[in-house]
Amino acid sequence: MMLSKVIELLLGGMVTSIEIFLLTLLFSLPLGLIVAGGRMSRFAPLRWLAKIYISIMRGTPLMLQLIVVFFAPYYVFGVNLSADYRFIAVIIAFTINYAAYFAEIYRGGIESINSGQYEAAQVLGYSKLETFFIIIMPQVIKVVLPSITNEVITLVKDTSLSFVIAIPEMFTVAKQIAASEASISALLVAGLFYYLFNMLVAFVMERVEARLDYYE
Amino acid sequence: MSLLQVKNLKKSFDDNVVLKDISLNVEKGEVLAIIGPSGSGKSTLLRCITDLEQEDSGEINFEGTFGLVFQNFNLFPHHSVMKNITNAPIRVQKRDKKEVFEHARKLLGQMGLSDKEDAYPCELSGGQQQRVSIARALAMNPDILFFDEPTSALDPELTGEILTVIKDLAAQHMTMVIVTHEMAFARNVADTIIFMDNGVIVEEGSPDEVFSSDNQRMKDFLGKFYD
Ligand SMILES: Nc1ncnc2c1ncn2[C@@H]1O[C@H](COP(=O)(O)OP(=O)(O)OP(=O)(O)O)[C@@H](O)[C@H]1O
Ligand SMILES: [Mg+2]
Repeated sequence: MMLSKVIELLLGGMVTSIEIFLLTLLFSLPLGLIVAGGRMSRFAPLRWLAKIYISIMRGTPLMLQLIVVFFAPYYVFGVNLSADYRFIAVIIAFTINYAAYFAEIYRGGIESINSGQYEAAQVLGYSKLETFFIIIMPQVIKVVLPSITNEVITLVKDTSLSFVIAIPEMFTVAKQIAASEASISALLVAGLFYYLFNMLVAFVMERVEARLDYYE
Repeated sequence: MSLLQVKNLKKSFDDNVVLKDISLNVEKGEVLAIIGPSGSGKSTLLRCITDLEQEDSGEINFEGTFGLVFQNFNLFPHHSVMKNITNAPIRVQKRDKKEVFEHARKLLGQMGLSDKEDAYPCELSGGQQQRVSIARALAMNPDILFFDEPTSALDPELTGEILTVIKDLAAQHMTMVIVTHEMAFARNVADTIIFMDNGVIVEEGSPDEVFSSDNQRMKDFLGKFYD
């Protein structure tokens, strides 16, 4: 196969990889905040639920979670889902996994904010909601950004795990080409693409961090 | 009626009784200084009055707006000086933006910080930060202003600038309750001094009365400052 053909096929796969990447972030970043809220709740059962959820998500392989989310509807509930479910399963699995990691990062960030910030806000008459969104969250974002960047870079690479349920993302495609051509060149090109993707992610995140650098 | 009335206030943390039956009044325009050894309950008293802590029993009667100036400023680090001062009056009190900004500029002028509008707290000295936090409290047009050791986090050479600001406010008849370890300042600025020890008010009166008290605990406490 011509190299240009390989690249064309891989770029097709990359579109799927990018879709997985973006949709996962779109859902898991806010979901992580909700899980962090549960994890820090004063209501003990909710706190425990969040804690157990986080520990399962972080304590078992993401690849296994992908398989479970994909096959559970059939084996557990006996439902036959449409072909589209394959992609939905990937998004669900990645989202619930990454939300757990983001939740712990948010929690660390929120707990790092001095209680005096809440007290000053209360004395000035801000509501609980205003305090969170105007005073606390902007500071938390700055604190957690480096850790979020790490996770985002890991996510770029983790999208390749979707091959276990045969999603035609870049790595799956590269593996197929490599098998049929008996050559690893497609895998090397895929590796280069992941690398470039992450260079871009790092660049964007650095810009965001720089924008938040106006105070210490 | 007094502007602020505290009656039979009691507060414990677990089995540590921190406030044992505190009663006091503050009149409009009065400056009250609260002194006393560390752990005597001064901060807890201010925190109960300002709703940061829930008292176990007793009554706090106060109608109006209050401001609280903290020992370590608690400015919002991600907001500029101007936003620190104007955001609550605009968002919380729903006041006119233009009026609030004019008010803030006037206060910054009064604090000698006119050139710091756009600075961030981290770019200011401790004394400047504390002046911003006083301006932030004043921007709410409080009927009473509470200070919890406003100079304790400052280097000695910066303490004076804050004490001067508070003296100016006293001269403008701002009602203030000031917890402080600065004895000379308390004596100089206060109309009334309360000496607290172990959760009770041991002495209360004019500065001259309190500082010449025969009470042994009071004398022991003052002795530490004059040694
Ligand atoms: N949130 C809290 N939980 C438990 N104990 C507390 C709490 N806040 C204060 N205390 C205790 O209450 C007592 C009085 O503390 P408080 O801070 O009111 O004293 P203070 O007179 O302000 O002392 P200082 O001059 O050191 O500021 C202390 O024994 C302190 O340990
Ligand atoms: Mg104190």
